[in-house]
Amino acid sequence: MTRTPFILRNRSVLPVLAVLTAFTIAVTLLSHAYGSGVIPTSMVKVLGKTLCLALAAVAMDLVWGYLGILSLGQMAFFAFGGYMIGQWLMYARTEDIVAASLAQNPIPPTPLELQQATANQIFGVVGSADLPTTWAFAHSLPLQLMLVVAAPGLLALVFGWLAFRSRVNGVYLSILTQAMTLALALWLFQNDSGFRGNNGLSGLQNLPGLEGVGQAKVSVWFLWASAAALGLCYVLAAWIVSGKFGSVIRAIRDDETRVRFLGYPVEGFKLLVFTLAAMITAIAGALYYPQAGIINPAELMPIASIYLAVWVAIGGRGRLYGAIIGAVVVSLLSSWFTGGRAPDIALPGYVIKWVDWWQVALGLSFVLVTLFAPKGIAGIFDLMPARKDKA
Amino acid sequence: MPRFRLIAALVVALLMPLAVMAQSLDAVVADSIDQIEKPSRRTVGPLVDRIAATGPQGLALLQAWADRKLVLTDAGDLLIVDGDDAVDALTGDRMAAPDDRPLRPNSGVRGVIESALVASQLTDPDPARRAMALDTLARSGNADQLPPLRAALDDPDPVLAARKARLEKLMTIQHGTDPAARIAAIEAMAGDVALDFRAVLNPLLATRLVADTDAPQGNVARELRVGDDLPRADALAALVDKGALQPFMTSDEQRAALAANIVDGRVAGTPVADLGDPDIRDATYDALEASGAVPPAATESEAREALEAHRFFQLYAEPDSDVTDAARAAQVSAEVRLGAMKGVDLGLDALSLASIYFLAAIGLAVTFGVMRVINMAHGEFIMLGAYTAYTVQTLIADRTLSLVVALPLAFAVTFAAGVILYRLVIRHLAHRPLETLLATFGVSIALQQLAKNIFGTQARPLTAPAWLEGSITINDVISISSIRVAIFVLALLFLGLFLFIMKRTRLGLEVRAVTQNPGMAASMGINPDRIAMMTFGLGSGIAGIAGVAIGLFAQVTSELGQGYIVQSFMTVVVGGVGNIWGTLAGAALIGGLSKIIESLNPANTLAAQTFMILFIIIFIQFRPRGIIPQKGRAAEA
Repeated sequence: MTRTPFILRNRSVLPVLAVLTAFTIAVTLLSHAYGSGVIPTSMVKVLGKTLCLALAAVAMDLVWGYLGILSLGQMAFFAFGGYMIGQWLMYARTEDIVAASLAQNPIPPTPLELQQATANQIFGVVGSADLPTTWAFAHSLPLQLMLVVAAPGLLALVFGWLAFRSRVNGVYLSILTQAMTLALALWLFQNDSGFRGNNGLSGLQNLPGLEGVGQAKVSVWFLWASAAALGLCYVLAAWIVSGKFGSVIRAIRDDETRVRFLGYPVEGFKLLVFTLAAMITAIAGALYYPQAGIINPAELMPIASIYLAVWVAIGGRGRLYGAIIGAVVVSLLSSWFTGGRAPDIALPGYVIKWVDWWQVALGLSFVLVTLFAPKGIAGIFDLMPARKDKA
Repeated sequence: MPRFRLIAALVVALLMPLAVMAQSLDAVVADSIDQIEKPSRRTVGPLVDRIAATGPQGLALLQAWADRKLVLTDAGDLLIVDGDDAVDALTGDRMAAPDDRPLRPNSGVRGVIESALVASQLTDPDPARRAMALDTLARSGNADQLPPLRAALDDPDPVLAARKARLEKLMTIQHGTDPAARIAAIEAMAGDVALDFRAVLNPLLATRLVADTDAPQGNVARELRVGDDLPRADALAALVDKGALQPFMTSDEQRAALAANIVDGRVAGTPVADLGDPDIRDATYDALEASGAVPPAATESEAREALEAHRFFQLYAEPDSDVTDAARAAQVSAEVRLGAMKGVDLGLDALSLASIYFLAAIGLAVTFGVMRVINMAHGEFIMLGAYTAYTVQTLIADRTLSLVVALPLAFAVTFAAGVILYRLVIRHLAHRPLETLLATFGVSIALQQLAKNIFGTQARPLTAPAWLEGSITINDVISISSIRVAIFVLALLFLGLFLFIMKRTRLGLEVRAVTQNPGMAASMGINPDRIAMMTFGLGSGIAGIAGVAIGLFAQVTSELGQGYIVQSFMTVVVGGVGNIWGTLAGAALIGGLSKIIESLNPANTLAAQTFMILFIIIFIQFRPRGIIPQKGRAAEA
């Protein structure tokens, strides 16, 4: 039996990779650092962040569109990944600054003094001077990079195992995931949680040791990294959902009980995909927050995760490129409308300010999409008769 | 007041049998004018008693003496001065203000005089004055006033007699000299939770930290072990205080001392660059110390030796161990009773919180039971109810009336909103619970933003009527605000109403039928669509009522509903769906649990919520379908 390579079977992979490559090259050539400078650095950052959000949406689609779990706590993994990389960024940079200021003393500092001064600098704002145990690895980039995937993965594994084992599903599971992210957020909001309370981690846009390079170049580098991560994870996700494995998880989505009766270990499949999606989301977060520059517990509030679900639904769930379309379109539109740059609409007697009314429009359009276009924006592709995409 | 006091004192004088035998004031004063001028604490007692016995004029003289307002003129007259006025102490006649300075008896003498005065006030026939004397004693009683208090324990007024007896015990504990009497007093009051008793016990049980090489003299509370129950830094500080250890140096001080002794890039022969190593630093400092260039400071090894050589004790300031034992026992029993009372108070708090969760969650539970959908806009219906009440309040000034109007109106508004939402959205998404969840979320963010656009972002106050303000106080520990009682009553009311609708009406019968088996219900002629719409409206209406209730004690903002929605979900999940008793159990569990966790660490409500959610996640492990799960075929639908 001959098998065509999955990239050819899954017809969305090559176009997505092509568009992504073209987009990255175009932005690079138009950026300040490597090209004509038409796109300002702040815009490069916005585009880079959007790619990260698209990656999180792909992971969400994997969990929701293919596995049928509406996880309303996906952004917990996103922020968790951000916190993990943020720890190293903040620690290493603060250590550099503190070492520079201590070097002005006639006596060189002991390692302990250096560590204490750094801890004091980081945690003085929450009234503590000691480095919490959660920061034990913060000095080492490789360890923290490992934690970016390992810590959220472990969280997803434990949570998923507990939830799937007791056959919690459907709306119950959604509520439970929402509770998970809320619990994490509330825990992080405390000052003594070891993550600087509601101050969060800041100054993440400055890469330690690369101060001289400048944000113009760094932002393009991060765009490249985000695009590469999106491309790789897209291929990975597409590979997962094609083939037998993909059939099984879609079957679980459609009728879990029947798949169980057929002898498949349903819980194992769910756990694997849920954990993998959490890891992908965490990578997206680890790339997102250095571009955003700051992370705080508000990022974990349930509303953020619900928005992620909204993007996937508007884009079209159950097809990976739909998630990308949804995340890109809705997040860019949102920042355009709420940024105050959209022109106001003057009605007789009332001026519609988009800053005030965008949320209303988004909420209603969301209802409309759910009611009238359950396939989302990506459903348009189905209307083209030549391209019956069955991804 | 002086006139009143005079008359009162006069009555005392007339009533006191002693007065018959008393000498006249003139005679007493003439007798001992020298002693009045230069009193001594040890000998003044009898004189003060004699003056007090002469009557009101004598008491006034004593008061002035103690207040340093008594002047002995060169002519030998005793005058009481008050600002620019003066009266003759013996006759009460008005006199010219003297030039002489008043007599200044020392504090010992004044103590004797004041005790005599208190003694006379304690037996004053006017109950108000006796109560006043007791207040003074309770505030600033001293050992001298104990005997007069004991002498005046009998009181015609039972309330005052009880107060006197109680005060006598308290003062005995504080100032008594006989240990047996003190212990008896402590034991008699054990279990009392009043603040004054606890305030008396605290100084008895106050301890200080003592470092010694051997068990010290005195009343030892307990021995402390360094590291376990005594932080190392505190132990070192105690050793430094005792002189057993030289002052410890912080790393900053050590560095400054070293930096001050840099010679040619070296400190005591060590290159500066090597001082980044803590061991080399210590060695260098020791070298400097040996050469006398820096003050001696304790090193780590010296500190370790001193710590090993010493034991650490907590010593009671009170020397008698029997007294402290009794006081400790009394304190423990007071704490136990206090804990029990706090438990009751906590129970009341939990009850009111549970009522709120119940009101907020009942609508969710019912719609979930009938339609298997979660309405994410439920929180916004709560908000809608609160804003309705706020709007009514701006139109109707009378608070009670506006509340009476607001409750049904909030129900009507949210009922209508629920029905509209059902007709327009939810009906078209039947059997797609996750889509419904997201669509209603869209409604939720739209409604929230709409409320922000209409009412602004600032919090709107919803004022309760006067009869709902204040609180019901049982004692100084247990109290509950009236609003929370009202909310509890409201929740009970709706529980009753709901049970009535479900068990006694046609609608309730049909709702139960649709919940159990929609297909079968439909074939029996029930219109499931109409039933679903009615339940949705009913659930939303109760959310509106909950909104009014919440608005009464919280500020009304567009995010009001968000604060309760997750807890409401939890209530439904924990309680189990489609059963009002399940919702009730869920609300009780969540409300009680959050209050209990909160009371364990009152400063940290965030951690409390985290732990509660964790508990729920674990709870779901054991009862995945809630406390009261749905049974039968409907459960797996």
